[in-house]
Amino acid sequence: MSAAHEAHDLHHDTGHGIDAPHVSLREYATGFIASVVLTAIPFWLVMTGALGDKTLTALTIALFAVAQVIVHMIFFLHMNAKAEGGWNLLALIFTIIVIVIALTGSLWVMYHLNHNMMPQMTAHQADALP
Amino acid sequence: MTSSDQTWSFLMGRLSLDALPLHEPIILATFAMVALGGLTLVAALTWFRLWTYLWKEWFTSVDHKKIGVMYMVLGLVMFLRGFADAIMMRIQQAIAFNGSEGYLTAHHYDQVFTAHGVIMIFFVAMPFVTGLMNFVVPLQIGARDVSFPFLNNFSFWMTTAGAVLVMASLFIGEFAATGWLAYPPLSGLAYSPGVGVDYYIWALQIAGVGTTLSGINLIATIVKMRAPGMSLMKMPIFTWTSLCTNVLIVASFPVLTAVLVLLSLDRYVGTNFFTNDLGGSPMMYVNLIWIWGHPEVYILVLPIFGVFSEVTATFCGKRLFGYSSMVYATVVITILSYVVWLHHFFTMGSGASVNSFFGITTMVISIPTGAKLFNWMFTMYRARIRYDLPMMWTVAFMLTFVIGGMTGVLLAVPPADFVLHNSLFLIAHFHNVIIGGVVFGVFAAINYWWPKAFGFKLEPFWGKVSFWLWVPGFWLAFSPLYVMGLMGVTRRMRVFDDPSLQIWFVIAAIGAFMIAGGIAAMLVQYGVSIMRRDQNRDETGDPWNARTLEWATSSPPPAYNFAFTPIAHDLDAWADMKRLGVVRPLDGFRPIHMPRNTGAGVILSGISLIFGFAMIWHIWWLAIVGFAGLLITAIAHTFNYDRAYHIPAETVAATEAQRTRQLAAHQGASA
Repeated sequence: MSAAHEAHDLHHDTGHGIDAPHVSLREYATGFIASVVLTAIPFWLVMTGALGDKTLTALTIALFAVAQVIVHMIFFLHMNAKAEGGWNLLALIFTIIVIVIALTGSLWVMYHLNHNMMPQMTAHQADALP
Repeated sequence: MTSSDQTWSFLMGRLSLDALPLHEPIILATFAMVALGGLTLVAALTWFRLWTYLWKEWFTSVDHKKIGVMYMVLGLVMFLRGFADAIMMRIQQAIAFNGSEGYLTAHHYDQVFTAHGVIMIFFVAMPFVTGLMNFVVPLQIGARDVSFPFLNNFSFWMTTAGAVLVMASLFIGEFAATGWLAYPPLSGLAYSPGVGVDYYIWALQIAGVGTTLSGINLIATIVKMRAPGMSLMKMPIFTWTSLCTNVLIVASFPVLTAVLVLLSLDRYVGTNFFTNDLGGSPMMYVNLIWIWGHPEVYILVLPIFGVFSEVTATFCGKRLFGYSSMVYATVVITILSYVVWLHHFFTMGSGASVNSFFGITTMVISIPTGAKLFNWMFTMYRARIRYDLPMMWTVAFMLTFVIGGMTGVLLAVPPADFVLHNSLFLIAHFHNVIIGGVVFGVFAAINYWWPKAFGFKLEPFWGKVSFWLWVPGFWLAFSPLYVMGLMGVTRRMRVFDDPSLQIWFVIAAIGAFMIAGGIAAMLVQYGVSIMRRDQNRDETGDPWNARTLEWATSSPPPAYNFAFTPIAHDLDAWADMKRLGVVRPLDGFRPIHMPRNTGAGVILSGISLIFGFAMIWHIWWLAIVGFAGLLITAIAHTFNYDRAYHIPAETVAATEAQRTRQLAAHQGASA
């Protein structure tokens, strides 16, 4: 009996069989090529400075990173809305909520801190602080 | 530098004989005692030939029940260490007046309060909570084990490796002197060049691997392995709170890992993420670590809310009031715990809009918590309450925790926080919720589930002694801190100028000694109960007339938990079965497929320990060897195909027949 079969067997008693997702070489190849392209373009953008503006480059790279994450989820992790009885989707939504909270929150908080804590304060103003 | 010096530093990094605390009499005496105690223990284990037993039955076990018990033992041992730190601080602060420097040097005192915080959160509260979830959840959902039994064993040993590193720092080198969250720039290389912060980083990183993996494991277990019929809204509350806690663990611990990696990069390779110059921002560290830190407090307290829910329902003898509102409150807390982190640093200088947003979210989170309290009270309303020890701890929790919650709401008001921040008021507040919530809850849980784990009840007498020392002792120890905090006394002080404060610290110290008595009584309770176990046997498997599935099997449960997977038809499945008079099946047993024990977890965590130690002391060759060893061992373990075995049907039948006889004897005795 193979190890995989045994592992499956272990859970069989509880009546929750696991249905492995359908996986093909074609899917992996598509995912691989997509992720290579999505990595190469940001590299090229930084190496050549093709966009000129640094902020614009940074934003573009961030977008490519998000696309990269999605490619990984679809082609390598084989996630879709129906897998695992919807638990995957639920986990994804939760992850997105948490990441959005942490990212926007941190940006907001740190912006405020910079704004309030690093003003070009004169010595006179500093003395006037309570 | 001579060549022998170079050889030494190549071989041993920063480690030298100076690292041993030979000049610190207090530590030296402690070391002597620990060494003596350790040697006695080793000698006793050898004398009674227990090593093989421990290795085969416990250390390598993948049984969730045994791993749960080992977590509790780890938590208890570290609790004694953490409490020793606490009482040292109390004594120092009670005597360091009128020009007295007390008995601890500044450097030592700083390490003591840092170690106290780190140990109590990461190596006491976390193992206790994880241990409870490990032991109870699979039984409560009618499963044979967790989803990934080996991973469970590995997680436990990684947590232990982290604890061993913290303990090692006491005798080899030093621990961080930065406070329990190691804020930079103080924890940066410029101000903490020693090994203390490195001990902190690696202990937490190694233990963090264990925590994250056990979080994943328990989520998978709860999602995939519930008994047939147990839909989500029929899950016991403790399982619900465990699910939410583990979701929090999986979502928040990676943030801690990442922020500690950034701090290590600052310290090891000279990056400037959190330095004061070159674009670094120490405030970013504070921001990130609290994004982990606030969910962490709910990681600790949510399962404890679950414990209180189970205890209240059981000892009131009726269904929990407002089950669905309890579930929704838990889920709401899970989400809201991610939007309050800034209340830990209101004073860092965000604007009014940021501070008021986080102040309001913090106040909002007290609503679901309040809902839970009302649910417990309404469960108790007109119930025939049995005041056994778990219920006593629950009532003590309700009274204590409410005060802690209210001072928390006070602190949530940003202008008030500007006055109270960093004061003893804050210290009193979080001890009020962590001791009054988590610690009391763990004691309730130990008294409640002990008979399930070991097959005999705990002696109530010494438990009550412990209770009556602990609860008033807690109030005596922390009320003075509230008072002084309102007067503006700051935390982490070693000496005081104002002699009028001394009386408050003396009262607090008396409280701490009462707690020490409570801990001693608790240990006596365990000892006495173990010695008199034959008089307190639980033969029914259901000593409290409880409601959930873990009480459907024998005490202690057989390795396979349930001979047949139970089927849940209702919330409180076991109470439902008892009501309907469901008969225990007596034949038709089949072989049961079980995971096999493995030593891989112990070995991997041992190598991690060596790797962490090498990184702390800059012994690079050993770090490389250790890391390679980790990879090789982990890969080699994947080729181990001999991972499961069958318990033969005859063995199952014999075990179950034994239980049938036990039940019959009990019925004969009580009839």
